[in-house]
Amino acid sequence: MIRDITLGQYYPANSVLHRLDPRVKFVGTLLFIISVFVFNTFPGYGVATIFLVAMIGISKVPVKFMFKGLKAIFIILLITVIFNMILTPGEVLWRLGFLKVTREGLIMAGKMTIRLTYLVIGSSIMTLTTTPNQLTDGLESLMGPLKKIKVPVHEISMMMSIALRFIPILLEETDKIMKAQIARGADFESGNLIQKAKSMVPLLVPLFISAFRRANDLAMAMEARCYNGGEGRTQMKPLKYHSRDYIAYLFVFLYLGVSIIFRIVGI
Amino acid sequence: MSIKLEHVYYTYSPGTAYEIHALEDINLTIPDNQFIGMIGHTGSGKSTLIQHFNGLIRPTQGKILYNGEDIWGEKYNLKKLRSEVGLVFQYPEHQLFEIDVLTDVCFGPKNQGLSQEEAEVEARKALEQVGIPEKLYKKSPFELSGGQKKRVAIAGVLAMNPKILILDEPTAGLDPKGRDEILDEIANLHKMRGISIILVSHSMEDIAKYVERIIVMDKGKVAFDDKPKQVFSHYKELEKMGLAAPQITYVMHALKDRGMDVDVTATTVEEAKNSILKALGVSVPKNEQKNLTDDN
Amino acid sequence: MGIIRASKLGFDYYKYDDDGNVEQASRAVDDVNLDIQAGQFIAVLGHNGSGKSTLAKHINALLVPTEGTLWMDQMDTAAADNLWKIRQEAGMVFQNPDNQIIGSVVEEDVGFGPENIGVPTDEIWRRVDASLKAVDMVAYRQHSPNKLSGGQKQRVAIAGVMAMKPKCIVLDEPTAMLDPSGRKEVLKAVRELNKKEGVTVILITHYMEEVVFADHVFVMDSGHIVLEGTPREIFSQVDILKQYGLDVPQVTLLAYELKKSGVELPDGILTIEELVDALCRLS
Repeated sequence: MIRDITLGQYYPANSVLHRLDPRVKFVGTLLFIISVFVFNTFPGYGVATIFLVAMIGISKVPVKFMFKGLKAIFIILLITVIFNMILTPGEVLWRLGFLKVTREGLIMAGKMTIRLTYLVIGSSIMTLTTTPNQLTDGLESLMGPLKKIKVPVHEISMMMSIALRFIPILLEETDKIMKAQIARGADFESGNLIQKAKSMVPLLVPLFISAFRRANDLAMAMEARCYNGGEGRTQMKPLKYHSRDYIAYLFVFLYLGVSIIFRIVGI
Repeated sequence: MSIKLEHVYYTYSPGTAYEIHALEDINLTIPDNQFIGMIGHTGSGKSTLIQHFNGLIRPTQGKILYNGEDIWGEKYNLKKLRSEVGLVFQYPEHQLFEIDVLTDVCFGPKNQGLSQEEAEVEARKALEQVGIPEKLYKKSPFELSGGQKKRVAIAGVLAMNPKILILDEPTAGLDPKGRDEILDEIANLHKMRGISIILVSHSMEDIAKYVERIIVMDKGKVAFDDKPKQVFSHYKELEKMGLAAPQITYVMHALKDRGMDVDVTATTVEEAKNSILKALGVSVPKNEQKNLTDDN
Repeated sequence: MGIIRASKLGFDYYKYDDDGNVEQASRAVDDVNLDIQAGQFIAVLGHNGSGKSTLAKHINALLVPTEGTLWMDQMDTAAADNLWKIRQEAGMVFQNPDNQIIGSVVEEDVGFGPENIGVPTDEIWRRVDASLKAVDMVAYRQHSPNKLSGGQKQRVAIAGVMAMKPKCIVLDEPTAMLDPSGRKEVLKAVRELNKKEGVTVILITHYMEEVVFADHVFVMDSGHIVLEGTPREIFSQVDILKQYGLDVPQVTLLAYELKKSGVELPDGILTIEELVDALCRLS
């Protein structure tokens, strides 16, 4: 059923990674992704692998959750691999008609696979150990400097957190509307593409109207509670770095340093 | 024409940590031409149950028979079942979508395969029976008042000519006058069309006046299934389920306990008044008896 | 002088055509005069469309009068300088529990109001703790609002208002979408705030049972206040109430009917006990 879809993929557990400041996790993930592209050799990927496995271990999140995200990018992965294999020039290993697989192509494809896979698993570790709320707070704080160039940072993060709250409500509502229309003989499944698109009208109209009504109500409720934009607001849960956060920062920067040294030395 | 539920069980998210037994061993028969009230607090399973009646939810265990046929049997036409067992959900906003009232009510009949003209005939008939005047037919359904929207939603299902009509809390959000009007109209529908009606409600007082049978749901089970008077006689158990009998029931029991000779099975103000007057030895003139109280 | 006062208050809703010209004006509130004392529990009754919600929205300046004046704690709600002070002093709880909770965690939602008015972090926590306690929702502070029942959601909304330390709380049909047990929960919470914290309560409703405990009741019809008095005074006028599309609790109706048939009962009986006692004295 539609309401079984859980948004954000936070996995509650009591680990050091869960307790880290969201900003550290965000920066850490970014640095890890950079490192995967800085590393260029298989020994280098070995270091990245050790780092990743260690993080998975520390996170206390079951491994199968980590690989869930890979399903979504499987097709992209496949296309990248095939294109790299057949389009990279070099020593031909195997040929079929005009298609040829080269040694360099195979290596390139392997590297891309590793990079994309690690990128997805790396970001999964972050989203699995951080609540959507913490993520928004972290983003707001990290994007803070952008306020100087008139980017509405606070408003963006407020919109994100409201969306997070209302998506489950709207999903449930979609379910209810579908049932109400099915009870009136609506058919959401059969027919060709155009018929299917047309059959969505009885679902989408009530859904949009309801969403607008909710937005209206919510705006009024926020005003009634003195919401007046980000100016002069205080925070109930301001983000604060602890010593473990500084250690974590040190650790990820060291790790990035290693990847840069590997690149320079050429290992 | 009847719906029969045999040992129906329903479990949400079975096999996970979120497993909830919404229904357990439900056995019910909904016969022809009966006016039924269904009561239970939020989470008692009544919403889940009514969605079984027209095949919106498939039971995890047990059978649902419509006219003796298993609705989850192979090749059973669920679409046909849904036009015979009409279900109106609580919020009319969930189903209204067309540009005007008449077109919206035509949606159901047209899904049944009727032509535009045939559908309009059914729609007009249904709208008339729920008391929507013709001048509103070309209005947008979104401009109507709460009570009118509710009526149009009911008409939208009624136009499909169901044999059984299920209404999930049709009075929610209405004021007392709107509530009484819509309940009266539903009672009229039952008489005019001779169809069975299941009225789902939180309020005993609302339905006590109308229905001939009450099904009380509690914790996914049928707690009581009987005539209103019999059900209300369990007022103490009802209270434990977070429900309450009509205030009248409490008054009559309290009076009886204090030694007054009154009829404890009275459920409406009219019945209670007559019984108390009798106990007090005050006589009521015959003509007055008729037009008191029950004019709401 | 009362905490909420209105003098000849009137409000028109305008419907605009495509060019932004006024096409149609409809009077939602007309010539309303109020003087509500601090600490009172006020109920406003009326059928849907009687203008009671429009009136409520004036109290915290979500709407400003098109005619006349409303003073919240001696501040004119039409003056722009007073706006945020008025909204802090007059909190508001709305009908739909889902559409007024902003936070994805209960305690964060309660903290939303204090955050907006710039309360320091430590003080926010103290207020959140106290408010959750006052509505008996401490056990749910870490929960997602989506997992709560309707009654619990409304209690969270009430806590959210209480955390702003208001002098007055306006509840606009807070129980209309709830089941009977949810209604009881919310009403209990509201009554306690009124009694223990001394907050002035304006409860807008069309459930007569909820009015029984009020100090003073206003009945509205087509924008006017048509009746006012104690619950007892109001409920003794059964016929007039029906005329305004309202009804009375079953006990009151029964007492009224018995009285009409010649049984000597006092006016405006409100509870089961009152009726039973009165009848037993007779027999």
